[in-house]
Amino acid sequence: MTTRILEGLGRLYIWLLLAFLYLPIIIMALMSFNVSPFYQLPFEWTTEWYASLWQNDQLIAATWNSIEIAVITTLICTVLGSAASLALYRYDFRGKRFLQALLFPPIAIPWLITGTAMLIFFFGVGIGRGLFAILLGHVALALPYVIVVVSARLQTFAPELEEAARSLGANQWQVTSRVTLPWIMPGVIAGGLFAFAVSFDQFVVSYFLSTPGQTTLPVEIYAAIRKGFTPEINAVSTIIIVVSMALMLLTARFFKFGGEK
Amino acid sequence: MAAQGATASRSGLRSALPLLAPAYLWLTVAIFLPLSAMVFFSFMTELPLSGKPWAFTLGNYAAFFSQSLYLTLLLASLRLGLVVTLWCIVIGYPAAYVLAKVLKGRSREAIFLLVILPFWSNGLVRIFSWAMVLREGGILDTALNAVLPFKINIDLMYSYPAVIIGLVHSYVPYMVLTCYLTLQAIDDSLIEAGRSLGASRLQVLKRVIIPLSMPGLVAGAALIFVPVVGSFMEPRILGGRTGTFYGTVIEDQFVAVFNWPLGAALSFILLAVVLIILAVASPVLRRAA
Repeated sequence: MTTRILEGLGRLYIWLLLAFLYLPIIIMALMSFNVSPFYQLPFEWTTEWYASLWQNDQLIAATWNSIEIAVITTLICTVLGSAASLALYRYDFRGKRFLQALLFPPIAIPWLITGTAMLIFFFGVGIGRGLFAILLGHVALALPYVIVVVSARLQTFAPELEEAARSLGANQWQVTSRVTLPWIMPGVIAGGLFAFAVSFDQFVVSYFLSTPGQTTLPVEIYAAIRKGFTPEINAVSTIIIVVSMALMLLTARFFKFGGEK
Repeated sequence: MAAQGATASRSGLRSALPLLAPAYLWLTVAIFLPLSAMVFFSFMTELPLSGKPWAFTLGNYAAFFSQSLYLTLLLASLRLGLVVTLWCIVIGYPAAYVLAKVLKGRSREAIFLLVILPFWSNGLVRIFSWAMVLREGGILDTALNAVLPFKINIDLMYSYPAVIIGLVHSYVPYMVLTCYLTLQAIDDSLIEAGRSLGASRLQVLKRVIIPLSMPGLVAGAALIFVPVVGSFMEPRILGGRTGTFYGTVIEDQFVAVFNWPLGAALSFILLAVVLIILAVASPVLRRAA
């Protein structure tokens, strides 16, 4: 009896947590369709704020920059990351554990520190700020995630399959492209989606590396928030949230986060 | 790998290098060299290339230790990290337990996904969404006044609690995720054995479940504490004038005051503090892995 009551309370608690997690986001989305620019109730439906987004050239330019950088980051990270994961899986050599350990500082060090360090270094060596610097930074931030995700997938790969292909006369390239790559493809796709999300949602590093003309969407939103709230920010924020959550759902199809059990 | 035997091991590095080099070169140029450069610049009076004469100095570090402001703010940020981490444990651990031990099958999968879904969406936007809830005349204010018989004013916007709420909202999914992974690995028969030997629910929780899930708790705490100590955007948006922390002072050095060497020194001190904390936590983390 007590067990059932406790279980019921547990379920209720989970729903409360979900409410805490989603309520502000849902309210923001609703307010982006509300007539009052000061978020006054009662609620009156409008798509005016979305329409005025189309007039905002600055936001649209920043959005294109964000998408471009995220796509290029994804491509570079999946290629470089998968290659590195394969090397770490296939070969044994001295210093391998050190190389694997090197993947964690970029993930663990606060972005504030990484971002300001990049700003200083890029400025010092003449790369400066702007979209190219942002791209350099995004790839470096996303690469470790891709290597970790693809390596996790490789753990489930049986090396005997490569042996078998080799004994049947396949050369190294054929083994990789016909046997190994198809097997790790879900990991590569999940890693790529991770990379896209890391880049598309990245604010801190982009913030330090952007210049007024060359900036990304989150940086533009931050500037707008600090100038004062407008319903347009709600509208563009709602779009971003929907896009990134859709991406995450897509990632989850390719990569199980909770383990297989 | 073992299957490839001794030949692979001998020629290992030579075969691995072409595959590894591009990724690690990129990480070197964009992460490791910048971090080294930051340490280097933190000992300079001016940035080279700025045209002004520069010299080596310990002045940036002296500034940290001579002005109590920086130390006070660092302590405030560490306290913020601690408070947010504790709230995440209090809120996230029970949720992870329910997910791992009460819910089953498809509903578990679906709810698990729902819990970690927001955490890959834009952090800036999620922080901003709280502004609409917490401000005076906002949703919380309106809702409470509609329900309560007396008039109260809820204006949490630009306050310390607002910063805490926003940060807990951003980071609690980490705690649910790491605790869920370790709680799920606990064999149910251990819990049943404890119960059948006469232990109360509370004793089983204290003696079996919490000790076994400790690695998840520590991993989650490290994942939350470190970024919160370095946070600056969240306190800026939700804290307003009360939102001055160590992170916002570093931000100011780079985007407002343009004292980059001092900013580099402050960043490096933060990095050192963070590394020390991670080093202390790492034995427990390694046991978790």
